[in-house]
Amino acid sequence: MNILVCIKQIIDPEVPVRDFRIDEAKRQAERGSAKLVSNIFCENALETALQLRELSRGSKIVTLSYGPPSAEESLRKAIAMKADGAALVNQEAENPDPLTVARVLAAAARKLGPFDVVMVGREAGDWGAGQTGSLLAEELGMPCVSFVDRIELDGSKLKIRRQTDWGWEFLQCETPIVLTITNDEHNVPRIPKVRDVMMSGRQPLTKLALGDLGLNNPVAEGGYYDVAKLFIPQKESKCEFVVGDTPEQRVESLARGLAKLSGAL
Amino acid sequence: MNDIVVCLFSVCGFEKAAKGLVGEGRRLAARCGGALRVILVGDGAIASEIAPLADSVIVADQAELSEYQPESYLAALTELCKIQKPKAVLLGSDTYSLEAVARLAHRLGGSAVCDGSAVRLDGEKIFVTRQVYGGKAQAEIELKRSPAVVSLRSRSLAPASPQDAPGEVRHVVCTLPPMRTRIIERKVDDPGNVRLEDARVIVAGGRGIGGAEPFSTELRQLADILGAQMAASRAACDAGWVPATWQVGQTGKKVAPELYIAIGVSGASQHMTGVSEAKNIVAINSDPEAPIFKYCSLGMVADYREVIPLLRSKLGLLHK
Repeated sequence: MNILVCIKQIIDPEVPVRDFRIDEAKRQAERGSAKLVSNIFCENALETALQLRELSRGSKIVTLSYGPPSAEESLRKAIAMKADGAALVNQEAENPDPLTVARVLAAAARKLGPFDVVMVGREAGDWGAGQTGSLLAEELGMPCVSFVDRIELDGSKLKIRRQTDWGWEFLQCETPIVLTITNDEHNVPRIPKVRDVMMSGRQPLTKLALGDLGLNNPVAEGGYYDVAKLFIPQKESKCEFVVGDTPEQRVESLARGLAKLSGAL
Repeated sequence: MNDIVVCLFSVCGFEKAAKGLVGEGRRLAARCGGALRVILVGDGAIASEIAPLADSVIVADQAELSEYQPESYLAALTELCKIQKPKAVLLGSDTYSLEAVARLAHRLGGSAVCDGSAVRLDGEKIFVTRQVYGGKAQAEIELKRSPAVVSLRSRSLAPASPQDAPGEVRHVVCTLPPMRTRIIERKVDDPGNVRLEDARVIVAGGRGIGGAEPFSTELRQLADILGAQMAASRAACDAGWVPATWQVGQTGKKVAPELYIAIGVSGASQHMTGVSEAKNIVAINSDPEAPIFKYCSLGMVADYREVIPLLRSKLGLLHK
């Protein structure tokens, strides 16, 4: 089975609110001193792919990123996690819309493939558009199942579990297929071994330009969507801390507060 | 065309989210000077409830559509939206709507936005507001292609009032493709509970709980006294302490309780964006620097293990 995992590198979304800044003119976040990390759902996808490869001997995992040069770091980490290959399509434009990204990823998938399974994180921790996987499926003419957290083999098909608002669904799916992956206790990404991290720098990594994919301009005519405005809403919140000299008094204060707020008093 | 289409799935019922969506559709249609057309896929029983609120209800209720399947429902929506040629298509934020939105937009040659909180018209342009950067910022997105296909957090949007004359209800048959994916089993988690989205009081646990057991003992007992539903942060779900359906946040449930009690929850923005409509947030956390204290109205810096047993007995006394 040939598996493609798409990975996005983003500004660390764990940056605390007090350190988060935006550039209102450029309409995007300022990196500041934050590190760049692989989007967690993309890593959940890679972990899911690694587990699927264990079930399906002879399978190969290629990781793919459309990003600036820094994205190579995310791909090196994927290689250290034992992906079989990696490719980086150079992104010059800042913050491309999801359709543009999907078109680039599709063109790269056609060049590097064919693939039986394409896995994408359900959304990215920065813009959280949650569309790239769906649009990629349409560009590739493949079906798409979203919010997948487990994959098993089922003969020549796949048995997939995905999360819903009220529980789970199991699907039987033909390949080729695009899956968007969500977090689960079983797909927490593995930590690469130190030795593999050291070796990852020497592994081959394919670098591609849009021209190599036959794409002059992947942006839809007139655009897909624009960020017209980006702002941080001001939040007024005053936290009252429980009062009391002893722990017992403080718990009493808490109990009264809770009872009042829950409408019991 | 200035019509607005709202897409509903009968398997989701005609509840708060669907009603809010229809309400928003009506308001948009009025502003555009167009009609509101509701496309209902699946069994047509609720069409009579929707008809008084729309200009027409188009029901795709052939046998193959009685159960939700990703590909057949998407095909039906695509075919029916193409016929309507709307200015905008609205969907909810439930699982099925979310997985359809962008694919539908692509097939219609339009632009999609997921998880919108508000839609604004400015002349011919359509803008959608949504949370970004894990809930740390808000963006206004201008959709450049038509139709705009928008998934909305619609539970808190006002429903529509009935019109003088109900809209026409039409039954249609769609051309469905062979299915390459098929849902073969559904597993509902804890069917007896009130949905988190509807809960009035919620007790949520985070990484600070430290394990699975306190969720089913101390936190559960606290929730029972308060008549609360239980929830969790992503960290607790990924640790396997509680099921994924308990997760509140950016990629979990969006809740709007009167009271949200966060215990051992750090208050990361990705979690808090799922609680943004809570009326009151109360937090117990052993870390005085925890971001949760910037969101709550009442807080206690303490180890929950030292607080909960005493808290329960005091609440028990107050309830008498």
